[in-house]
Amino acid sequence: MRKGDTIIFQSPPSVLSFAAVGGKKESEGPLAQQFDQLFPDSRCGEESWEKAECTITRRCLTLALQKANLSAGALDGVFAGDLQFQCTASAYAMRAFDAPYLGLYGACSTMAEGVGLAACLTAGGHMQRAAAMTSSHFCAAERQFRTPLDYGGKRTPTAQWTVTGAGAAILCAGCRPPYVRAVTFGRVRDLDVTDINNMGAAMAPAACETLLRYFADTGESPEAFDAVYTGDLGQIGSTLLQELLQREGLTLPCHRDCGLLIYDCETQDVQAGGSGAGCSASVLCCEVLPALREGRMKRVLFLSTGALMSQTTFLQGESIPGIAHLIELSAEPGLPPKEGL
Amino acid sequence: MRTDAVKYDRMRKDASPPSPIIKDCLCAFFSGGAICLVGEILRTAFLSAGLEQKDAALLTSACLIALSALTTALGWYQKLAAHAGAGTLVPITGFANSIVSPAVEFRSEGLVPGVGAKMFIIAGPVIVYGTLASVVWGILYFLSKLWIGG
Repeated sequence: MRKGDTIIFQSPPSVLSFAAVGGKKESEGPLAQQFDQLFPDSRCGEESWEKAECTITRRCLTLALQKANLSAGALDGVFAGDLQFQCTASAYAMRAFDAPYLGLYGACSTMAEGVGLAACLTAGGHMQRAAAMTSSHFCAAERQFRTPLDYGGKRTPTAQWTVTGAGAAILCAGCRPPYVRAVTFGRVRDLDVTDINNMGAAMAPAACETLLRYFADTGESPEAFDAVYTGDLGQIGSTLLQELLQREGLTLPCHRDCGLLIYDCETQDVQAGGSGAGCSASVLCCEVLPALREGRMKRVLFLSTGALMSQTTFLQGESIPGIAHLIELSAEPGLPPKEGL
Repeated sequence: MRTDAVKYDRMRKDASPPSPIIKDCLCAFFSGGAICLVGEILRTAFLSAGLEQKDAALLTSACLIALSALTTALGWYQKLAAHAGAGTLVPITGFANSIVSPAVEFRSEGLVPGVGAKMFIIAGPVIVYGTLASVVWGILYFLSKLWIGG
């Protein structure tokens, strides 16, 4: 059922299994114990950072499949993306899996986009099982978007640290918690932020827009949720999101940002927090989904936020368009839709 | 959404912490000073070894460049620079780091399209505009000589 930009599932699909894989810095962070696997070496034994990311991605989907006792052939579609040019980490990882692959690019918003699309197709009966998966690698992203790793530059306090990690979730028709109850695909929002070292600020307006649309479409209020997660707004983006929502007359009492959960900003020297397509994906799969499955949380809104610039548009002085996709996750199959909406 | 770009720009500036300028300046001053001190020690050592002023200065620069290249390749220079900032950027060691770091980084793309082509992505503009500035200054100097005589 569609209300505005929000798709509410009559029969919500389930997240059958999920896995999160991280790198060295993630193994030193507060969520380390919750990852399925952590690579102590950022190279993962490979010759290049790009191959290392591919290995992380491949390992992540393999673990998710193993946890559901499935082979790759059981997947009717894999929605995957990453930050490398032409999404090569995902495409190259899919060489190891004989399943239909649908490459997505939504920058750091790709995980919620993938889960949303997988939820629509499984709920609609077009796919029996579909996977959503995204990854990022600090070293691969850094040399693509900024400067070489060994270059002696100083990071600004507003900069964010790209997560080395991946998350994969396999969805099927509703059978067990957690359930995807609704999806709101976001609209591009750009409030003229041009600073590539302040991505949280560039993405906060998109997160605000998507949340406002979800609440307007469903008639829900933030108090109905145990938590509202955003992907990688970091410290500055999180502050700005709260301010933007306050201007609209909304407060978000239970807001958590994946970029602030995955690292300890005080001790890990990550400036304003974590970011990257692997940030929201790994936190979703190691923190949010397990809590819903075990009943520690009942209802959660999860947004992945993306900054859609490229190195070329940045150098040409263009501002950074932001995007945020939302999924509503629940430990229960669903609540009856409210009357009068 | 009610907030427009102008309002948001103000909100963003208020929410974004500025770089700690005094701390950064002090770090740059002392680390940059320390590098120059190493240079001075080297120069004095070369002079006392019987080298001429010009040769001692040249050897000092060469040693600092080699030291910077080595520490960059070992991954130490970036760790120092993360705290030192301009202190490691401004001396000749910073220039060496800007050439060696892309060379190391793009080794995976091969010796010609990787190391060879990418080596000057950071230092290239400095060389281009440095050369251009010296040409402009040379012409001005030439014209001033004609005008003032000498």
